[in-house]
Amino acid sequence: MAAAMPLALFVLLLPGPGGWCLAEPQRDSLREELVITPLPSGDVAATFQFRTRWDSELQREGDTDHYFLRYAVLPREVVCTENLTPWKKLLPCSSKAGLSVLLKADRLFHTSYHSQAVHIRPVCRNARCTSISWELRQTLSVVFDAFITGQGKKDWSLFRMFSRTLTEPCPLASESRVYVDITNYNQDNETLEVNPAPTTTYQDVILGTRKTYAVYDLLDTAMIHNSRNLNIQLKWKRPPENEFPPGPFLHAQRYVSGYGLQKGELSTLLYNTHPYRAFPVLLLDTVPWYLRLYVHTLTITSKGKDNKPSYIHYQPAQDRLQPHLLEMLIQLPANSVTKVSIQFERALLKWTEYTPDPNHGFYVSPSVLSALVPSMVAAKPVDWEESPLFNSLFPVSDGSNYFVRLYTEPLLVNLPTPDFSMPYNVICLTCTVVAVCYGSFYNLLTRTFHIEEPRTGGLAKRLANFIRRIRGVPPL
Amino acid sequence: MSENAMGSTMVEEQFAGGDRARALARDFAAHRRKSGALPVAWLERTMRSVGLEVYTQSFSRKLPFPDETHERYMVSGTNVYGILRAPRAASTESLVLTVPCGSDSTNSQAVGLLLALAAHFRGQIYWAKDIIFLVTEHDLLGTEAWLEAYHDVNVTGMQSSPLQGRAGAIQAAVALELSSDMVTSLDVAVEGLNGQLPNLDLLNLFQTFCQKGGLLCTLQGKLQPQDWTSLDGPLQGLQMLLLMVLRQASGRPHGSHGLFLRYRVEALTLRGINSFRQYKYDLVAVGKALEGMFRKLNHLLERLHQSFFLYLLPALSRFVSIGLYMPAAGFLLLVLGLKALELWMQLHEAGVGLEPGGSPGPSVPLPPAQGVGLASLVAPLLISQAMGLALYVLPVLGQHVAAQHFPVAEAEAVVLTLLAIYAAGLALPHNTHRVVSTQAPDRGWMVLKLVALIYLALQLGCIVLTNFSLGFLLAATMVPTAALAKPHGSRTLYAVLLVLTSPAATLFGSLFLWRELQEAPLSLAEGWQLFLAALAQGVLEHHTYGALLFPLLSLGLYPCWLLFWNVLFWK
Repeated sequence: MAAAMPLALFVLLLPGPGGWCLAEPQRDSLREELVITPLPSGDVAATFQFRTRWDSELQREGDTDHYFLRYAVLPREVVCTENLTPWKKLLPCSSKAGLSVLLKADRLFHTSYHSQAVHIRPVCRNARCTSISWELRQTLSVVFDAFITGQGKKDWSLFRMFSRTLTEPCPLASESRVYVDITNYNQDNETLEVNPAPTTTYQDVILGTRKTYAVYDLLDTAMIHNSRNLNIQLKWKRPPENEFPPGPFLHAQRYVSGYGLQKGELSTLLYNTHPYRAFPVLLLDTVPWYLRLYVHTLTITSKGKDNKPSYIHYQPAQDRLQPHLLEMLIQLPANSVTKVSIQFERALLKWTEYTPDPNHGFYVSPSVLSALVPSMVAAKPVDWEESPLFNSLFPVSDGSNYFVRLYTEPLLVNLPTPDFSMPYNVICLTCTVVAVCYGSFYNLLTRTFHIEEPRTGGLAKRLANFIRRIRGVPPL
Repeated sequence: MSENAMGSTMVEEQFAGGDRARALARDFAAHRRKSGALPVAWLERTMRSVGLEVYTQSFSRKLPFPDETHERYMVSGTNVYGILRAPRAASTESLVLTVPCGSDSTNSQAVGLLLALAAHFRGQIYWAKDIIFLVTEHDLLGTEAWLEAYHDVNVTGMQSSPLQGRAGAIQAAVALELSSDMVTSLDVAVEGLNGQLPNLDLLNLFQTFCQKGGLLCTLQGKLQPQDWTSLDGPLQGLQMLLLMVLRQASGRPHGSHGLFLRYRVEALTLRGINSFRQYKYDLVAVGKALEGMFRKLNHLLERLHQSFFLYLLPALSRFVSIGLYMPAAGFLLLVLGLKALELWMQLHEAGVGLEPGGSPGPSVPLPPAQGVGLASLVAPLLISQAMGLALYVLPVLGQHVAAQHFPVAEAEAVVLTLLAIYAAGLALPHNTHRVVSTQAPDRGWMVLKLVALIYLALQLGCIVLTNFSLGFLLAATMVPTAALAKPHGSRTLYAVLLVLTSPAATLFGSLFLWRELQEAPLSLAEGWQLFLAALAQGVLEHHTYGALLFPLLSLGLYPCWLLFWNVLFWK
């Protein structure tokens, strides 16, 4: 449930006109939506999305130069209200109206999973891309834990989750909707009941499976004015049978193996649980330089056999300058576990290079997996502008695949750490003192001192000395 | 307490699941009786119902020879563990609460308490580290299998299925052993594999919660000495110190925490003792102590590193630091060094006396005595090392042959072969003399003794640095006689002394001392049985957990001791 939450920063300027572009979108628009997915275990996942678009006079010049493409990861980020407050300030209605009234910090941080993102990108306004708009997309996903917040009960309501209800849409929003996932439960309407009854439903293929959503449109005046507020409730009539829904086709796990402070091994397990289809995965690893990777120990095995990657890009690390970069395209056989492992040696850092609290360990950023995962249901291409926002999070390249980017967990590696308490300070101090004393003494003892003879000067001086010698006076 | 993160913050324990723990323990015991093994399915179901991520791991291991104390040979079992994921964290760090379930031990109350604690912990939102609740089968073997799989290494040749779920770097672990609903005291064990000890802060943490909860806590199964002013207190302290030295010297893990220490996971074992005392504590008190410990460990920012890793404990609240006890071992080893120096001087003088101006140098023609002295060294050294190797390899290798030809079981065969080879080493001097005839007997034994002294000093020095107790015990017994051994005077007296201080005799004596200190003295026959069992356990623990005592004695100290035996019977 608690997945990795890397703070990944993609500086990605999308090249040229592509599938994302369309002619003349609406100017200065805001769309907001909330997707609620009740899970059979009783947990509830809620995803907020806010998309703001505005026109800009900035012009784009040609294609993006790949030399300017940067990728950076901060492997550790402790989420707290400090992350939420500035994020909320970017919203046009702040947290005064619309869906954002639900964003109450004390509830959001009682969840078991929290993921918050800001994406910004230019969008072409016409086919030739002569003018662009900027799009700011903010997403926030949380998972409410039935064990902690629901006291074991599986029923939920907006009020119970967020301690607020919806009263009005954001006045600036052109679209303000709440979607509730009722995919597996609505056949006979006996397992679960949603209250109030939705006005419409929406069907689509998300992550390779067909989903049905109950839609509540806040701009629909009848929706709120009937009862002055909207508090969507969900009741389980019958406990769901399969507590554990099938896992996704692609998932991954990463760990450090070995013990001791000299050597170790980074292992990544890639699971393809698809019963009959193999698919390729692009694995991107950045490893800090102080873990010295031995590339000859890179082994990739699936089903007990060697799996040769079809593409490897490796950029070795430079001490204190750049990390290792390892990128591989690996074919995952159907229904298999692929193990990618590489050995490393821990480097000794200079004593000023240790972070505060060095015994905590050093973080290694997560690997990034990008894959086109085969879907069970063929999806038809949709118009991104018309369909809900969450659709564009999982873009479909063609009908049979969907794109997934996964982050594995970050790792914590202990490096050989000196004892930074008094003995170490004493050692450092005495070493410095000894070095300074020894250096100067050695210098004094080994140097021979000569009194520099004044060099015989030019013609005038020689002449003067000659005269002085004749006169019987000591020379100059 | 040295660790800042655990010291200053206060924790209010709220665990109140005593009834639940008892009910779960009863259920567990019933299911276990029914199935005769660890009720894996029941455990999985229960752990899942309290909201953990549950995984299992199966393992199998064929022991090198049948283990008669635990009655096992071909072992296969299943470990069950559940992970409580810390909310909004990325699973980089974790804590472990483990309950080892043996085939005979009734550890069901511990399982009940573990599950009740898991249920309580699951409802809290303050966890920053994942918590792994681990129930292992075949006690330490299961723990070893799980640890090896978790760190993806294979140290002991265990066959096990890979782990499906992990939770980052383990920061600390607590092993729990409870066999009754009520306990009178909690005993804490710190001694781990090869004499490794957890950081002293972990022990201090336990002691803090003992005092806070008013629990009666013991070390080495003994009450804390109260009165340090009279003679009684220090005497009791000495008793506990000696017990700790003996347990640490044995190098075996005293509880499943001992295996965690290899992976630099600070760990200790808590044992609930139920004796005939009036005041008893129920599971809630134990649960509260554990809850408090876990909450404080949860606060840890760094791995435990602030306090001592090398210490001896005369009481729970007192320790002897490495700075105090190391000089004792240093002075003992100095004896060997000085004796070696003396021999060197004597040899040098003898050489000078024989050949004026002919110090041992390659340029001058070698005096015949010098040449023989060096050549005569090779045979005893090689033969004694070969004896050591035979002692290490043959018992396990030849168990089937021995069991076929003699009416003994495999385990007995191993132990008896061990003793036979050990004793055969005593006949060694006669064998070596057939190989080498010495012309200058005095110089010969002096050179041999010089080499043996340096060899012993080096070995003991290394052992003292890694496992002080073992090194000190061996030094205290071996050094005096080693320094005295010479082929003159009353040889029988020296021979008796040397045999009495040989490593095997030290082990034999230690067993008696240990039981004496525990106030359960042994008779000679019992002692002999215990000695045989200890030998078998020592060999087994080397093969199953990687304990180093057996190879250390057989490959290092026994050959070295044989050299002194050789010196004594030099002709």
